[in-house]
Amino acid sequence: MNALAPRFEAIDLSAQKGEQWLFENIGFTLHAGTWLQVQGDNGSGKTTLLRMLAGLSRSPTGSVRWCNDNIRDEPEGFHRALMYLGHQLGLKEELSALENLGVASHLAQQVLHTPRALAALGELGLEGREHLPLRVLSQGQKRRVALAKLMSLSADLWILDEPFVALDGQGLAVLLAAMQAHLGQGGMLIYTSHHSVDLGDIPGWALRLTA
Amino acid sequence: MNGFWSLLKRDLTLAARHKTEVLTGLFFMVVVASLFPLAMGPEMALLKRIAPGVLWIGALLSTLLGLPRLFEGDWRDGSLEQMALSPVGLVPLVCAKISAHWILSGLPLVLLAPVLSLQFDLPADLQMTLMLGLLLGTPVLSSLGAIGAALTLGVRGGGVLLSLLVLPLFVPVLVFGAGAIEAQSAGLGVQAHVSVLSAMLLLSVFLSPFACAAALHVALD
Repeated sequence: MNALAPRFEAIDLSAQKGEQWLFENIGFTLHAGTWLQVQGDNGSGKTTLLRMLAGLSRSPTGSVRWCNDNIRDEPEGFHRALMYLGHQLGLKEELSALENLGVASHLAQQVLHTPRALAALGELGLEGREHLPLRVLSQGQKRRVALAKLMSLSADLWILDEPFVALDGQGLAVLLAAMQAHLGQGGMLIYTSHHSVDLGDIPGWALRLTA
Repeated sequence: MNGFWSLLKRDLTLAARHKTEVLTGLFFMVVVASLFPLAMGPEMALLKRIAPGVLWIGALLSTLLGLPRLFEGDWRDGSLEQMALSPVGLVPLVCAKISAHWILSGLPLVLLAPVLSLQFDLPADLQMTLMLGLLLGTPVLSSLGAIGAALTLGVRGGGVLLSLLVLPLFVPVLVFGAGAIEAQSAGLGVQAHVSVLSAMLLLSVFLSPFACAAALHVALD
């Protein structure tokens, strides 16, 4: 078996809310170039599951493995390969889009040249707004800055929590194209959405959480 | 190391664009130090006696003032999640946050101390001791305070809890910091006090980022 081929595995995850089990025995394996959509009603535990997969919260049972290493034991290699976009965007309102991307690239320990960052922002229709503080941008535009981060930094695994929220038609199209390009380059994608998304003939699965 | 500098620079930039938050703590210190001479009357001997205590308590409370916001902004907007998921690791990033807090709240106090101590008629050599004490003591306040800030993150009424948690830990710094000036004016050497303060500095600066990182992971869970 090729040890270099990235592989993401979830084994026997579960979550409890009070006395009730949100979900139990969740397990899957994701290979290069495949995606997983987590579906479920409001409150069914989609965000909880995604946070577990990213390593932000713990599952009382089971484990999450990246290239056969438990992400609890070897977080650094996993975090280098991971890009997580949650409900909160992780951007600073007082900083401009460009400054936010700069900080993000340092946190990801990657080199991001300004032209590359500007190109990504331009592609998302933020041309001319690169130097404005984020607080003057609209909700959808802030989302776009977060997406520019995804597109300008490289990561093997994207975990996106409701990435389509607050985006308009054109934003949706750009994100969809970015997802397809990411998968085409051998990346992996896990996302939640209430939209039905057409990723063409790229292999992937849907995981339905039932409360 | 890049992640450390980048985050430090980010926090300083944020502070430069949000000047009121930084200035509140300093203004508080100036007001406290100026009210005492007005309230106690112009008796030089008395003012000289209470100066170390007043200035150190002022420094301590003004540090405490900014602590609840140390991690809160990053926690609310999701930046803390991104830090926890960074390959840099949370420990160096917490170091950067603590350093920024000290540069913005501790360092100005050190520089301000000689000016404030003029109102208490402190002689030059005691001013130097005060500055040295603050220089060693304020980083301890920042790093111990950060543990409290991380532990109370997201807790309702966290501000009060933070004070209760952190103020007892500040007591040794207060005792030895103010004690150093007391000892010098009594003609004893300051070396013992300075050594103890330095020991506290090394220990807290080394251990606190690990404690903070652990507490932040719990807060995110």
